[in-house]
Amino acid sequence: MTAGLVPPSSAVDAVARGRLRRASRRRLVVAVLAGLVVAAFCVTLMIGRTVYPPGDVFRVVLGQDVPGATFTVGRLRLPRAVLAVVAGLGFGLAGVTFQTMLRNPLASPDVIGISAGASAAAVIAIVFLGLSGTAVSVTSIVAALGVALLVYTLASTGGVAGTRLILIGIGVAAMSRSVVSYVLSKAGTWDFAEALRWLTGSLNGTTWEATLPAVVALLVFGPVLLAQTRDLAALQLGDDTASALGTRVERTRLVAIVAAVGLIAFVTAACGPIAFVSFLAGPIAARVVGPNGSLLVPAALVGALLVLVADLVGQFALDTRFPVGVVTGVLGAPYLVYLIVRTNRAGGSL
Amino acid sequence: MTALRPAPAPGTAGARRPGPVRLLWLLVVVGVLAALAAASIAVGSRGVGWSDVLAALGGSSDDLGQAAVTKRIPRTVLAVLVGAALGLSGAVMQGVTRNPLADPGVLGINSGASLAVVAGLAWFGLFSAASIIWTAIAGAAVSTVFVYAVGALGRGGPTPLKLALAGAATAAALTSFITAIALPRGDLSVSIQSWEVGGVGGATSATITPVLPFLAVGLVVSLLSARSLNSLALGDDLAAGLGERVALARGLAAAGSVLLCGAATAVAGPIGFVGLVVPHLCRLLVGVDHRWLLPFTALTGACLLVGADVLGRIVARPSEIDVGIVTALVGAPFFIALVRRQRMREL
Repeated sequence: MTAGLVPPSSAVDAVARGRLRRASRRRLVVAVLAGLVVAAFCVTLMIGRTVYPPGDVFRVVLGQDVPGATFTVGRLRLPRAVLAVVAGLGFGLAGVTFQTMLRNPLASPDVIGISAGASAAAVIAIVFLGLSGTAVSVTSIVAALGVALLVYTLASTGGVAGTRLILIGIGVAAMSRSVVSYVLSKAGTWDFAEALRWLTGSLNGTTWEATLPAVVALLVFGPVLLAQTRDLAALQLGDDTASALGTRVERTRLVAIVAAVGLIAFVTAACGPIAFVSFLAGPIAARVVGPNGSLLVPAALVGALLVLVADLVGQFALDTRFPVGVVTGVLGAPYLVYLIVRTNRAGGSL
Repeated sequence: MTALRPAPAPGTAGARRPGPVRLLWLLVVVGVLAALAAASIAVGSRGVGWSDVLAALGGSSDDLGQAAVTKRIPRTVLAVLVGAALGLSGAVMQGVTRNPLADPGVLGINSGASLAVVAGLAWFGLFSAASIIWTAIAGAAVSTVFVYAVGALGRGGPTPLKLALAGAATAAALTSFITAIALPRGDLSVSIQSWEVGGVGGATSATITPVLPFLAVGLVVSLLSARSLNSLALGDDLAAGLGERVALARGLAAAGSVLLCGAATAVAGPIGFVGLVVPHLCRLLVGVDHRWLLPFTALTGACLLVGADVLGRIVARPSEIDVGIVTALVGAPFFIALVRRQRMREL
């Protein structure tokens, strides 16, 4: 009798081994991603019109005075690289949070209009209200929360989220983008570069003043989101199962939305809504990590890597300097189409 | 015998309007269009008195006011043409796909035309007016086929939501490519940039004339397809039973629609949401009979675009807002409202 109840020890061993193997693969992937982020960060600091050796860069980062390099690296490249990392981490974290919570890879903040809403608010705050620094970030977090609430309420009356929510978000995004265009043309600063910053995101001309609020936001909201890892994973099983597992569903959802939207808003206020980073980070992370636990950390790292590499490509790979958002847009948009093709083919829920 | 002729269901009472009501609406719409066109000629960052307007219409351009009016005339004409083309194109597209969300902007067809034009300008040196129009129409056609193919994949064929999602994603993708192509070309970026948002400012008779034949052909083809669109609205099987050659009718109507929106995009850039809003509005006014609906959408589309252009000039004085921005601000909420509707009625 007992033979049927107690599985043979070899099977237990196999499960344990599999679990160990997956955990170690996850650790390995995270370590590799982190290493790549650090490498891309260093390359961003080193190269430019003048190339500085790693030693000089390292001394500047430590605060020592190196003639020439202190200004170029410390004042120009370091804020840019830091903002790239922070923006990537923030967009990646927030994106994968939304995708996990709504159980749909299309439901990332940049597709459903939250980044665009934050961007519109930032532009209004700068142009019409004359604000700067943290005040802009606060305005855009309020607006982004408003947009998230709006999209959610508009979509949830039917009880069916999914495609309806995404299409409503796309409508909201289209409207937000035309608000940005309107404000910029009203301000008379309708030049292509400035418009592109607020329409697709750009790291050009980054300063420490713009970077600091985003760093603080990452330090505040990042840990909040990471603390929700277990509950978010439970939410993925559906609300009923999650509450049976002891997750406080509504509370988790609220905390996760506020923290993710906060990240998006602060980062967007600094560098604009860098196109498709929060959309791409989650699926890429899922591909490299495999089904091995939470995607939050890997997706954040993938986001940072995406922004750093896209910025390097945009700056140096081609004759023209492209803002980072244009590069990520060209990468991300075809993936969006591909994802829809795949969903349709599999007979998705439409 | 009366049992064979059931009373119309409550919801369909508005679908068939008596002729006089339609004629009345026709007069109203024509009147509104005339008023808006007059406003479009008179209103701008420079205020012009009516006497000057009349003098300028008479062909004189002696002082600044009259000169301003002379410049506004082609602009108004272009807004009327493009608005009519987009409205009609949207109506035909909604009829062909039986999809209430169909619109040249939502389905990414405008973006396809834009990408083709920008690529043609930047890489192939296609600067002449005729070649721009041809590339725009080719781009529109290719993206129509692509979006329809993507939306039709999988279970249930091209449902409204699937088509809209495929279109929006395609539009996003194409827009990214447009930016990437346009950005390095500083020499072109000024013209591309204003054109990319969608605008009718800067129109001259020289820019309008080449596109006229295309618009005319598109208009005729679309209007002639009204009867077959009525049959198609009953469903493919019934339409075939009525003697309609379904594939041919659908292809012809779609060709007319693509021709219209490709030509409109070639001359004014991608203007969204006009083709979405106008047909729904017109259905409320004159019902679902395409023989009435199609001419009405052309007129109402013209009204909408001229109105949006005037609005863009008023709210942003002394500068002006491109019509593409205004129509997006007005049209996107409408799109959202349509998506929200519980059970989307198939057309």
